Amino acid sequence: MNNSIEIKELSLSIEGRSILENISFGLGEIEIACLLGPSGCGKTSLLRCIAGFEKLNHGEVSIKGVIMNNPNHYIPVEQRNIGMVFQDYVLFPHMDVRKNITFGIADLKPFRIKERLDELIELFGLEAHADKYPHQLSGGQQQRVALARAMAPRPRVLLLDEPFASLDIELRESLARELRSILKQDSVATIMVTHNQLEAFAMADIIGVMANGKLMQWDTPFDLYHEPKTLDVANFIGEGTFVKGEIINQTDVKTDIGNIKGHIPHNYDSGEKVQVLIRPDDILHDDDSKLTALVKEKEFRGPQFLYTLEMKNGLFLQSLVPSHHDHAINEPIGIKMAIDHLVVFPDIGE
Amino acid sequence: MILSNFSYYFQKKLNLKYSSLKKSGPSLVLVLISLFFCIPVFIISGSLFLPFEGVWVHLVDTVLTDYMLNSFLLLIGVGFFSLLLSVIPAWLVTMYKFPASNWLQWAILLPMAMPAYIIAYSYTGALDAAGPVQATIRDLTGLGYSEYWFPEIRSLGGAITMLSLVLYPYIYLLARATFAEQSVCVLEVSRTLGCNTMSAFRRVALPLARPAIIVGLSLVLMETLADYGTVQYFGVSAFTTGIFKTWFGMDSSLAAAQLSALLLLFVFVFLFLERRSRKLLAFHHTSNRYSPLLKQELRGIRAFFAFFVCFTPLLFGFIIPIGFLVGHAIEIYSGTIDYSFIRLLSNSILLALITSFLALFVALFLGYINRNNFSFINKFLIRFISLGYAVPGTVIAIGVLIPFAWFDNRLDNFLLANFNVSSGLLISGTLFILIFAYLVRFITIPINTVEAALEKIKPGIDEVAKTNGMSHFNIMRKIHMPIMKGSLLTCSLLVFVDVLKELPATLILRPFNFNTLAVRTFELANEERLADAAVPALAIVVAGIIPVIMISNSISRSRPGYE
Repeated sequence: MNNSIEIKELSLSIEGRSILENISFGLGEIEIACLLGPSGCGKTSLLRCIAGFEKLNHGEVSIKGVIMNNPNHYIPVEQRNIGMVFQDYVLFPHMDVRKNITFGIADLKPFRIKERLDELIELFGLEAHADKYPHQLSGGQQQRVALARAMAPRPRVLLLDEPFASLDIELRESLARELRSILKQDSVATIMVTHNQLEAFAMADIIGVMANGKLMQWDTPFDLYHEPKTLDVANFIGEGTFVKGEIINQTDVKTDIGNIKGHIPHNYDSGEKVQVLIRPDDILHDDDSKLTALVKEKEFRGPQFLYTLEMKNGLFLQSLVPSHHDHAINEPIGIKMAIDHLVVFPDIGE
Repeated sequence: MILSNFSYYFQKKLNLKYSSLKKSGPSLVLVLISLFFCIPVFIISGSLFLPFEGVWVHLVDTVLTDYMLNSFLLLIGVGFFSLLLSVIPAWLVTMYKFPASNWLQWAILLPMAMPAYIIAYSYTGALDAAGPVQATIRDLTGLGYSEYWFPEIRSLGGAITMLSLVLYPYIYLLARATFAEQSVCVLEVSRTLGCNTMSAFRRVALPLARPAIIVGLSLVLMETLADYGTVQYFGVSAFTTGIFKTWFGMDSSLAAAQLSALLLLFVFVFLFLERRSRKLLAFHHTSNRYSPLLKQELRGIRAFFAFFVCFTPLLFGFIIPIGFLVGHAIEIYSGTIDYSFIRLLSNSILLALITSFLALFVALFLGYINRNNFSFINKFLIRFISLGYAVPGTVIAIGVLIPFAWFDNRLDNFLLANFNVSSGLLISGTLFILIFAYLVRFITIPINTVEAALEKIKPGIDEVAKTNGMSHFNIMRKIHMPIMKGSLLTCSLLVFVDVLKELPATLILRPFNFNTLAVRTFELANEERLADAAVPALAIVVAGIIPVIMISNSISRSRPGYE
C-alpha cells in the first residue's frame, strides 16, 4: 500500500533526555490515526517531528514517499505542505475568519481562493461567522476555523494536537464524529493526538498507544480493546480486572472464577501461569444464574451501572449492568461470563 | 516618566478579573480630589475661551508657524528614527541567538536612563567646533576652523537624533514583549501554512505587534512634544520653548496658557491613539499555552549583522554619551563635588522623596475608595486623574502657576486692604506648588500600580479576614500591605527617579534660589560650562538606571514560561 506517512525507527532526544524511542508505523492514504497516551508520553513530540519542528537523532519521516527528515536531511516546516491544528487553535487574532482560512493560500489566483474559501465555509458550517474575529467566536467555532485554515492548502497530511481538549466535555465526542466525516469527505490522511480514549475510538481508523516515548501498539480500535498486546496497553485502554489462571490448552484457561473458553491469541504451554483480563462487559448480569457475587460498589453511569462485585473466593470483578437493574450494596446478584476474546498475559508474579 | 506605563502594562497582564464587593455612587472626597488635580488642565483648556490678546498678532505673524512646523518635523523625525532603532532589534533579540544577544536584550534599554537634555549636552560638548571630535579632524587634516563641513549638532536634525536615541526604548520594550508573547504558537502555525521566517514576521508577527508598537510610538511622541531641555539648548523653536518665551519674554501669561492649550490638543491626539491601541492589544492575545521559545542561532555575517543592528542604538544612545560625561567628570570632579553639590543632591532627593511619598499616599487613598465603593463615576475620575502623564511639564507648570498666583495676589490684596498685613506669595513661591505639579504629572504611576496590586487581592481574602474578626484597618495593615509591599516600593522608586529627572516644571515653579540637580545641569550647560554640568548630569543618569533595571526584571517575570 502507498502510505501517506511512513515513520521508520524514529528517535528523538532533547538536551540529552530521550523523548521518543525507536518508533515505526505507516499510515494509508485517507486513514485517520490517533496517537493515544497519558500526558508526557511523547505523542505531541512525535507530531512535531512529523511537522518538522524537531530535528531527529535517528530514523526517518517520509510523507507521500518523500523523505522529510532524517539525521542528515531536513525539509523545513514551510515546505512540507502539512496542515496542523494546535491545541488551542491559535487563530490569528488580527484577521477575520475569511483571512484566517485563506492565510495559507494567499498566493493563489483570487477566484481560486474564493472557491476554496466558499467550499470550506460550507463544509464547516461557518456561513454566519465568516466576517467575525477570533475573539467573537466560541471554542467550537474557533476549532472549525482552525481546521478549515489547516485544510485550505489541501495538505498532504493533517496533524491535530488535542483538538478537543479546550472544548466542553459534552461536545467532544459529537464533534469528533462530525470531524471524522468531514475529514473522510475531504479525503486527507490525518494524525490526531489525544489522551482521551473515547475521542480516539470515535475518530480513528487506527490507534497508536504510546507510553514513555515508545509506541506500544498500532492497531484498530477494536483490536486494541479486545486484543491488547501488552499489560500496559490493557491497563490504559478501557476498564477491567486481572484474574490469575493456568493454561489448559489453546482454548481453555482455568481461573479462580472457573474455566474460561475462548481464543488465546499467543502460544502458551499448558500449565503455564497467566493473568486473564476480564472486562466489565465480559461479565453479564443474569438473575437466573447460579453463580452469584456480592455488590461491593456501584457507580451510576446513566444507561448502566458499573458494579464492583466480590466473588465467594474473595476475588473482585467489574460488571456493566443496564441501569434498571438497581441492586443494593452487599446484595448478591447472579452473573455469567460472556468472554469471546481471551486477553492473556504471562504471570510474572507480584 | 512614561516608564510607569510599562510596569502597569506588565502587571495588568498577570491580573485576574476583580469583581467588586459592592457598587455605589461617586464618592465626594474623590470628586474633590479629582477637581483639585484637574485644575491645571482646566485652566489651560479654559484659556482657549478667553479673548486672544495682541500678543497673538505678533505670534501668528512671526513664530507660530515655526513652532508648529518644528514640532511637526520633530514628531515625524523622532517617530521615524525611534521605530527604526527599536522594532528590528526587538525582533532579533526575541527570535535569534547571536553574540551578546542575552546581554543586549536588556542593555538596549539603557538609553532610557538618560534624559534627552543630558544626552544633548554630552554630544554638544563632544561634537561642537571646540570639542574633541572636530579637534581630531583638524589635527589629522591640518584644516582650519571653518574650512571643512561638519554636521551642526545644534539644529533640528540634532534634536531629532538626540530625542530618538533616548526615546526608542519605549517602543522596543513593548515590541519585544509582544513578540516574545505571541511568538511560538502563532509563528509555528504560520510556518505550517507555508511562511518562512521573513514572511512570518511580515504577515503575522508585525501586524500582531502593531497596536503595541503604536502605544510605544504614541508615548515617544508625547515625550517629544513635552521635551524642553533639548530643543531649548539647540535653539529649535518648538511649542515648549515658545511657551517659555511667551511667559517670561513677553510676560503674557494668557497667551502662554493659550499656546499650552494648543500643545495639549496635539498631545491628546496621541493620547487617544495610545488608549485605543491599548484596547486593541487585549484582542491580540494569541494563546494561553506557551512552549519555550527556541531561539535560532545565527552565525557568520548574519550574526554580525544582528549584533550590529542591536548594538548601534546602545552605543550611540548610552555608551558614547556616558563616556563623554565620565571623561568630563573625572577631569573636574574635585571642583564640583563640594558643599553646593551636596546641597543640590539633598534638595533633589528631598523633593523626590516627598513627592513619591505623597503620590503613594494619594494613590492608596484613591485605590481604596475604588475598591470599597465601586462605581463607574469613581473609576472614570481615577482614570481621568491618571492621564496626567500625558500633559507636558511646561503645560502643567503654567496651569498650576496661574491659579495659585491669582489666589496669592487676591489674598494679599485682601489682607492688605482689611488688616494692613501682606501675605506675599503664600503658595506660588513655595515648594508646595512644585510638588503639586509633580503629583499631577506623576500620580499615574502609583495609581496604576495600586490599582493593579489591589486587583490581585481578591475580595474573598478580605471576607475571610472579616470572618476571623479582623478590622478594616488590620486587613489593610496585616494582609494588603505585605502583599503589595514590593510593587508599592517599585512605583515609589519610579516616581522618585522621574522627579529627579524632571526639568521644565522645576525650572518654572522652583522657589527663588532653590536648585536641583536637573536645574543646575541645565544652568551650567546654558552657561557653556558643559564640563561642570557632567557631575550632576551623571548623578541623574545613575539614578535613572535603577528603574531600567527594575523594568527589565518585571518583563522577564511576566514573560510566559519564565522560571
